[in-house]
Amino acid sequence: MDFKNSDTIPGPRTEDRLPHTAEAAVKIVIVGGFGVGKTTMVGSVSEIRPLTTEETMTQAGIGVDDNYGSASKTATTVAMDFGRISITDELVLYLFGTPGQERFWFLWNGLFEGALGAVVLVDTRRLEVSFDVMGRLEERGVPFVVAVNSFPDAPRYAVSELRTALDLPEEIPILDCDVRRRASSRDVLLTLMRFLHSLAMKGALT
Amino acid sequence: MTPPQRQRRSPGQGNPAPLPASGTAKEGENHNPERLFVIGGEGAGDRADIDLVTLIVARTEPPVSATPEEAALLRLCVAPLSAAELSAYLSLPFSVVTVLLTDLLARDLVQARAPIVRKTVADRNLLEAVMHGLQKL
Ligand SMILES: Nc1nc2c(ncn2[C@@H]2O[C@H](COP(=O)(O)OP(=O)(O)OP(=O)(O)O)[C@@H](O)[C@H]2O)c(=O)[nH]1
Ligand SMILES: [Mg+2]
Repeated sequence: MDFKNSDTIPGPRTEDRLPHTAEAAVKIVIVGGFGVGKTTMVGSVSEIRPLTTEETMTQAGIGVDDNYGSASKTATTVAMDFGRISITDELVLYLFGTPGQERFWFLWNGLFEGALGAVVLVDTRRLEVSFDVMGRLEERGVPFVVAVNSFPDAPRYAVSELRTALDLPEEIPILDCDVRRRASSRDVLLTLMRFLHSLAMKGALT
Repeated sequence: MTPPQRQRRSPGQGNPAPLPASGTAKEGENHNPERLFVIGGEGAGDRADIDLVTLIVARTEPPVSATPEEAALLRLCVAPLSAAELSAYLSLPFSVVTVLLTDLLARDLVQARAPIVRKTVADRNLLEAVMHGLQKL
């Protein structure tokens, strides 16, 4: 990017600007295996065209120090797309869709820390790709709901069958969705919020 | 058809996750995620605590002393903008944006509005506000 011409950097469109009263933001993370529909979900509910933030990760190995340019380091750029929903004039909700390669999710400092909760999108053709991330969310105490994005040729399981397979307690919501539809994606988010609310009522959020 | 079976984990279990079953492993993939980290993410103790959703607002017009990056950033956040959005519009990695912001905060050129983060017991009023907002979508 040519910062000499910083006047020309495209910023938010005027109608995409947040009001000056916006004082706080919350975030929700959407995780799930490769191609399960995370980006589609972010796009279907976002009020702005989804944006991408990236982070540069480096592979630790021999000679990791400040010696930039050292041949022993391989830098990888990891991109994450996100969208935004204005809740009130003061409060903004951000949705982050994790990149396909899950080995990066938990390295992104602060992505899960502080998130209100997470949506685990699953594809019943490849249920097992979501096992590890669910375990990691459990370990970190990040509350989540499971949304089954139904692809046409995917096997259909009853919710009870899925609950057993995923070893999820009764209170964790599991629901079907079509992330291409805004109403369906919104319902997933609402289900997560109701679940978080029920946890707060029980004082059980740890 | 029977779905594959997972086993639940518990909070604080925290041990390195078992490696994915062989067969799902792709060649050349690093299976030790703990060995990757964010550049500058270590030993950068003087970095301000900036979250992806910390809202940033410029306090002033870019001063003449501002670098081109700083000037661009200040122009972008004439209205509140999250650090993640700044990273997106500036096409800069998030960690680079936090370095820029740390400096701008120290010079009082921007204001940071801290995010609301998950607490032991989430604020019910907050959750209700988010629900009402979503229902309007
Ligand atoms: N039939 C059907 N296709 C879908 C659905 N959701 C997403 N797709 C399609 O599946 C493809 C992958 O969706 P993405 O949203 O890019 O998935 P992703 O999880 O972001 O993928 P990665 O970021 O590459 O991991 C796209 O071509 C979508 O149009 C769905 O509910 N039904
Ligand atoms: Mg994607």
